[in-house]
Amino acid sequence: MLEFLKSTVGRKYLMGLTGLVWMGFVLTHMAGNMLILVSAKAYNQYGHAIVSNKILLYGAEAVLLLALITHVYCAITLTLKNRRGRDSRYAVTPNGEKAPSRASQFMGIQGSLILAFIILHLITFKYGNYYETTVDGVVMRDLHRVIIEVFHIPVYVIWYVVCLILLLFHLSHGAHSVFQSFGILERKMQKGLKKIAWVYAVIVVAGFLSQPLYVFLIHKK
Amino acid sequence: MEAKKTLNLTLKVWRQKNAQTEGAFETYEAKDVSPDASFLEMLDSVNEILIKKGELPIVFDHDCREGICGSCGFMINGNAHGPQKSTTVCQLHMRQFEDGQELVLEPWRASAFPVIKDLMCDRSAFDRIIKAGGYISVNTGGARDANSIPISKVNADEAFLSATCIACGACVASCKNASAALFTGAKISHLALLPQGQVEKDERALNMVSQMDAEGFGACTTTGACSAACPKEISLTNIAKMNREYLRASFAQKEEVAGGDLA
Repeated sequence: MLEFLKSTVGRKYLMGLTGLVWMGFVLTHMAGNMLILVSAKAYNQYGHAIVSNKILLYGAEAVLLLALITHVYCAITLTLKNRRGRDSRYAVTPNGEKAPSRASQFMGIQGSLILAFIILHLITFKYGNYYETTVDGVVMRDLHRVIIEVFHIPVYVIWYVVCLILLLFHLSHGAHSVFQSFGILERKMQKGLKKIAWVYAVIVVAGFLSQPLYVFLIHKK
Repeated sequence: MEAKKTLNLTLKVWRQKNAQTEGAFETYEAKDVSPDASFLEMLDSVNEILIKKGELPIVFDHDCREGICGSCGFMINGNAHGPQKSTTVCQLHMRQFEDGQELVLEPWRASAFPVIKDLMCDRSAFDRIIKAGGYISVNTGGARDANSIPISKVNADEAFLSATCIACGACVASCKNASAALFTGAKISHLALLPQGQVEKDERALNMVSQMDAEGFGACTTTGACSAACPKEISLTNIAKMNREYLRASFAQKEEVAGGDLA
């Protein structure tokens, strides 16, 4: 078991598994947040429902945190091993038919920026300004007001859009790589999987992009 | 018949005395190269001139020059075995290039493949991976009848595709992580697909992956560069198969009990 986790193959299984946890999370997170396009009331009620069930909330947060730490830890250790594997560089980089896909070449840089984004994102929203509102007689956090405030700051919206585009490439590569890492890739699946991975990544990122852009361009302060 | 137009090329070749010394690029001119010459034949003629001048010829690995032995291989302008797909450098012909082109020739670069001299590197790390489990144990004796063990056509074909790997090292050379996953995957898949390979499949997967890691190759990040460069078009599905075999072996391997006396 320990041998498995120490091997490169085992660590790729871990990266895939923890990546899947986050793939599930970003999809549901995006879907739920689409309520910002509906109304302040619906959005705040949704947010309140999530934080009300403490067991579910802390459980989900623990799983996500553990998955993130494992994913980053495996990424760092594997990247270090990969760097040691190639100790000298070529004078000329490959081109034409033998060149690899671009997204796969920069997973580490994308990942690092996404990690920075997650931390900043938590500071801005989860631990950000606290306003209260009352919906149907229930006192709850006015998260909608925080969102509207933040998404009217141009720099924040630009940073958000840049990070989401990085997420697009990171997800598209991860979502099809996981099948290979898990050993369930078959010859006939190869092309279809890449398409499915792109469709998934585009849905997630387009959904997330629509929220700040809607607030910034359409929703009044 | 009209004579074909010959090519004049500029070669920037990596020259390195041995593993201990630093290497550097040297520039050579290859003049009047026939478009029908193979890449190695072109280098042979450059070497003839170098030898006549009293200089050391450019060292490169080669053997069969038919694309089947896996001895040859180096980078041409960043591409393993040159720009043409599904080709070893010995089967690459000069008609692929244009007159006046500059070609940069470099050896495979990977920590696990130290350069021996010029374009030749030490690929014995692959031999040690094979030694760790890339075989089946059979008693010697008369050859068995070829059709005595039934194998499904699907498995036979897939095993054959994996078995076409000639262990040239282009996969490692092209991978940004210098990963040997495609090579090791092809060897594990080839034997795991056949009945003869079933007996030792667990130890094989565990030992070959462990040796691959120990040799200092990197991990697979699914860039697909290996398969694109592979002269035998070994598919990425071989890496998936390796991962699956390794997972199963890690959790399902039977423990050995003392000599059968416990029964």
